Amino acid sequence: MATETKGLHYDASYIEKFSSSRGEPAWFTEMRKQALALAEELPLPQPEKTRIIGWNFTEFEHELESKAVDSLNDLPEYIHRLIGKEEQAGNLLLIHNGRLAYQSLSDDLKSKGVIFTDLETALREHGDLVKKYYFAKAAKLDANKLTALNAALVNSGLFLYVPKNVEIEVPLQTVFWQDHPDAGLINHVIVVADDNSSITYVENYLSTEHEGSQVANIITEVYVGDNATVRFGGVDQFTKDVTTYINRRSYVGANGRLEWALGQMNDGNTLSETFTSLVGDGGVTDMKAVSIGHGEQRQNFENRIHHFGRNTESDMLIHGVQLDKAQSIFNAITKIEHGASKSDGEQTQRVLMLSEGARGDANPILLIDENDVIAGHAASVGRIDPIHLYYLMSRGISRKDAERLIVHGFLNPVVSQLPIEGVKDQLTEVIEGKVK
Amino acid sequence: MAQPTLKIEDLHVSIEGKEIVKGFSLEIKGGEIHAVMGPNGTGKSTLASALMGHPKYEITGGKVTFDGQDLLEMEVDERARAGLFLAMQYPSEISGVTNADFLRTAINARRGEGNEIPVMQFIKKLDEKMKLLDIDEEFANRYLNEGFSGGEKKRNEILQLMMLEPKIAILDEIDSGLDIDALKIVAKGVNAMRSPEFGCLIITHYQRLLNYIKPDKVHVMMQGRIVKSGGPELAERLEAEGYDGLKKELGIEDDEVVEQEA
Repeated sequence: MATETKGLHYDASYIEKFSSSRGEPAWFTEMRKQALALAEELPLPQPEKTRIIGWNFTEFEHELESKAVDSLNDLPEYIHRLIGKEEQAGNLLLIHNGRLAYQSLSDDLKSKGVIFTDLETALREHGDLVKKYYFAKAAKLDANKLTALNAALVNSGLFLYVPKNVEIEVPLQTVFWQDHPDAGLINHVIVVADDNSSITYVENYLSTEHEGSQVANIITEVYVGDNATVRFGGVDQFTKDVTTYINRRSYVGANGRLEWALGQMNDGNTLSETFTSLVGDGGVTDMKAVSIGHGEQRQNFENRIHHFGRNTESDMLIHGVQLDKAQSIFNAITKIEHGASKSDGEQTQRVLMLSEGARGDANPILLIDENDVIAGHAASVGRIDPIHLYYLMSRGISRKDAERLIVHGFLNPVVSQLPIEGVKDQLTEVIEGKVK
Repeated sequence: MAQPTLKIEDLHVSIEGKEIVKGFSLEIKGGEIHAVMGPNGTGKSTLASALMGHPKYEITGGKVTFDGQDLLEMEVDERARAGLFLAMQYPSEISGVTNADFLRTAINARRGEGNEIPVMQFIKKLDEKMKLLDIDEEFANRYLNEGFSGGEKKRNEILQLMMLEPKIAILDEIDSGLDIDALKIVAKGVNAMRSPEFGCLIITHYQRLLNYIKPDKVHVMMQGRIVKSGGPELAERLEAEGYDGLKKELGIEDDEVVEQEA
């Protein structure tokens, strides 16, 4: 549904009422109100080469019905499968239509001081800690209309905090599940790994209603402390009628390490930014993201890494498949600031075109303000190599299956990296469903 | 199972408008091993690729039947499912697809939907064949030919041959780049396939491989066609005299046909 993004349907008194119904601290309510005023004024983001005029970012139901889940066995099968093995389900959050529906955290992690809960609860129980990271160093509230809108209307979120020196082997998982035809998911995720800690976090976005006009406005802030490691896995899977703005941002301290593995599998129009800021010396990021565009989908992926610290390293691998009449723009920006000497930034973007009517652009951008660095980029847009097809077909595999194998292989860098079998299988299935 | 037959009659093949194979005829039956030998650039690999249906090669004349069916009318995958196999000189590297997944997909493509090979049976067979070919276990989980050495690629072609159990296999310079130990292993794999239901066409430049895989018939190919056929003794003569002796005997001038890499 095409709607102009002029007037918002919400005013300060609505915001106050909504905020107090959730028992939020005063500073948070105040921030919402300021953000609302900004949301009226600020312009939409301006993604390179994708027209987002007419995209629906503002028409949605803000307050949705949600219900708690007593037992995971009561969940629909497609959600249940995602969660996987019982030991993993030991550390799980399920957010249904924006509200906490199920929560579990092992006693071991609790005793170590790990906080893993929805934003609403975190604001009530750990308000000061949330305040330290909410729209702090990683994300800016006033970046554009959509970031301000997120702050004004946030109705869903997650807060994960790992204290200093706590190293966690098992993955922690969050499932954000929407099943309302006009849902507005205004979501804010905060993941903090304090100094010398390590964590693996996996999130799934899933909408299961196909007839409506939905909006997802998501801001994620990832804080990687000095010597800390965060492995961040994500699979986005919103249906065709969901317009998505997803902005994942991170701040990496000295000798910190951040690994992204993102499967961006939405069926609807998507504006995605992923941003890593290597602030401390010796910080490292490894970013892998894969996506499929199909139908008449329009998508824009801006992946950005900034090197501020000395001896920082980044490696970016972006693979996208384009089917039908889909159009996607991939912008990869590696920026090495003055003073970030001995840094190394590498990026690779590959777009595989499977249809004549599809369009894909890969734009590699290196911005270097320091002499003593290594940087490199590779970008390509192309079709499946006919010799590869011939080789696979010469073993009896049909053309369609051969193409499918090649596509799975092409997207495998992210699939193989996801730490939860159920999520891996789900991503493989989603890919299968789109390519068939 | 009936004895398979691949019948090639007066085949002509061109690439980019240039004729490379010029009237090649040969019949291969189950239980037989044929060797086609010849100097570089005489069309041996072009013949192999054209029979499999390589997209770069154009058939400009002749007829090929496989068990009575018109092979040239079939798509590449149909030829394979009918029981034809080509061990390629330059196998593709397919990133992100494991050897095991690829093999299972290929086997199931032949078996058809609803008749997929049970996973345990597949693993058992794969283990057995890998052992015979002296292939390391981790091979199964590596991406298809990606980063493989020349010898590993050849061994992988033979592993595929043994897993897929075709009726007729063409081995295109399977011996090139192999040391003597690897050559023996590859030969062991091919010899293990020998049966009345399996026919084989070995394309090679050197006689060396034929010490380990005994051919029933040896054919010499020059200028795009067979110029002489005989038994294993023909290969031995070529080894001793080189191709020049035969050229002189047959009155063949050097030609400038260039072998195309697949």
